[in-house]
Amino acid sequence: MVHLSLEDLYKEVILDHYRSPRHKGRLDPHDIVLERNNPLCGDEIELFLKFDGDQLAGLSFDGKGCSISQASASMMAERLQGIAIKDATDLAGGIRKMMAGEEEGDADELGDLIALKGVVKYPVRIKCAMLGWTTLLEALDEAGKGTPS
Amino acid sequence: MSLDVQRIKKDFPILETLANGKRLVYLDSAVTSQKPRAVIDRMVRFYEEENANVHRGIYELGEKATAAYEGARDSVARFIGARSSRSIVFTRGTTESINLVRFTWARANIHEGDEILVTEMEHHSNLIPWQMLVTETGAVLKHLPIDDDGKLRIDLLGEYLTDKTKLVGMNLMSNVLGTINPVRTVADAAHAVGARILVDAAQAAPHLAFDVNELDCDFLAFSGHKMCGPTGVGILYGREDLLEEMPPFQGGGEMIREVWADHATWAEVPQKFEAGTPNVAQAVGLGAAIEYLEEIGMDAVREHEMQITKYALDRISSMGATIYGPKDVHERGGVIAFNLDEVHPHDMATIVDQEGLCIRAGHHCAQPLMRKLGVPATARASFYIYNTEEDVDALIDALEKSKGWFI
Ligand SMILES: Cc1ncc(COP(=O)(O)O)c(C=O)c1O
Repeated sequence: MVHLSLEDLYKEVILDHYRSPRHKGRLDPHDIVLERNNPLCGDEIELFLKFDGDQLAGLSFDGKGCSISQASASMMAERLQGIAIKDATDLAGGIRKMMAGEEEGDADELGDLIALKGVVKYPVRIKCAMLGWTTLLEALDEAGKGTPS
Repeated sequence: MSLDVQRIKKDFPILETLANGKRLVYLDSAVTSQKPRAVIDRMVRFYEEENANVHRGIYELGEKATAAYEGARDSVARFIGARSSRSIVFTRGTTESINLVRFTWARANIHEGDEILVTEMEHHSNLIPWQMLVTETGAVLKHLPIDDDGKLRIDLLGEYLTDKTKLVGMNLMSNVLGTINPVRTVADAAHAVGARILVDAAQAAPHLAFDVNELDCDFLAFSGHKMCGPTGVGILYGREDLLEEMPPFQGGGEMIREVWADHATWAEVPQKFEAGTPNVAQAVGLGAAIEYLEEIGMDAVREHEMQITKYALDRISSMGATIYGPKDVHERGGVIAFNLDEVHPHDMATIVDQEGLCIRAGHHCAQPLMRKLGVPATARASFYIYNTEEDVDALIDALEKSKGWFI
């Protein structure tokens, strides 16, 4: 998995989500919406979150930009439906560490998301892959649901 | 005389290296150019045989270093047609040159209610300093618009220039659209209302022959690293009488005449603007770069780039790409910003990199222009003396490949 060529990374993972993004578009009603961009390249992500107590009841995203930024957000949206907020934060933190090269990334825990590790080989694109995830962590913080890490 | 690209390519050691295991095809010279052996060797020779500080040593070695440094200044003056080397200030690059004008001439001459006119196609380095000055002084910043072809709306100049305009800042060639701008026309109009004109020649100096007197500009800035020279050295040309009147830039050694405990007098121009130990070896390297370009001849450089740009424009547009800027190579230089509908520029740059190609993707330090063009980013290929039609063919093949992944 980790030794994917760029072509495999795109063809097996990125392009599927890029062409048919999951949970794309506004989520109504929502509790919080946050838009962030990557000033260096203009990638944009707008996240909509709906909470139910300590559960993340729903998450959708809108945005435009390169395939890695959009596919990563789509993978995130697919994974984070109806799970505990704490689990979402842990997952986002884990992705962040994996992308920073601080952790290997646990394939069992990450499931399909482990594929994002393929982007680590292309340092300038890591920011693209992280945009959705950092927006999520910021949105949770803003909603007072973040766990200080 | 057309130029012998195959011979020139051999002058650039880096072009013999591989990128991702493929032949390196460098199409990002608008960001920084590659360096010929002559420049690299000249800098090594300086360090091995002439290194000392400048304008200080009584000893012979110090004189050698000073002669090399001042010789480079003379080469720069000759290259841009300046009447005197006293008009040539060494800086760190275009950005520092423009900021030098901001902190000296502009601070002394631009006040609340005065106007500064820039264009909609300025690099951030000829925009942000003026935004900052305006915040500081209460002056007003205006932007001369561009048309759909990426050319300046010179017809609106009369409207945008007023008797309050104190400074016009514009580039001679755009780093995004490639547009070659009619500086002389703007200079005449600016002078007619009593304004000064500062020309950003960062993209022009490496590619076009020009003469500061024919342009009739008051200030002109460019960087060594885009024209075969090293990083860390740039030029501010200023009309000598303006430089004489201007207050100094940074304070410190080298820029003084006489110093007392509580005050000082300033050195002659251009030393007045060169506080501290300058980038001596870099300046010497820039001198060598200029000699290298002069030997090829700037007319031959331009002719070669027109040919390759025409070829590239034809091939890129026949892929169905959107190309920004003028389509006629007489009106533009060798930078081509473009987008393919199917492939985002970042994906494109990563994919073609696998084939050994360096292209740029992003906003090219011109976010307001990107907004005007209505795109967050573009891809950009830019050419120089060492690029061939074969490089363009490699680009097209790699672009086709990236397109193939997405459809
Ligand atoms: C038109 C233009 N102006 C200014 C600059 C800034 O040059 P430097 O970064 O060398 O100061 C550039 C470089 O990208 C440029 O293309």
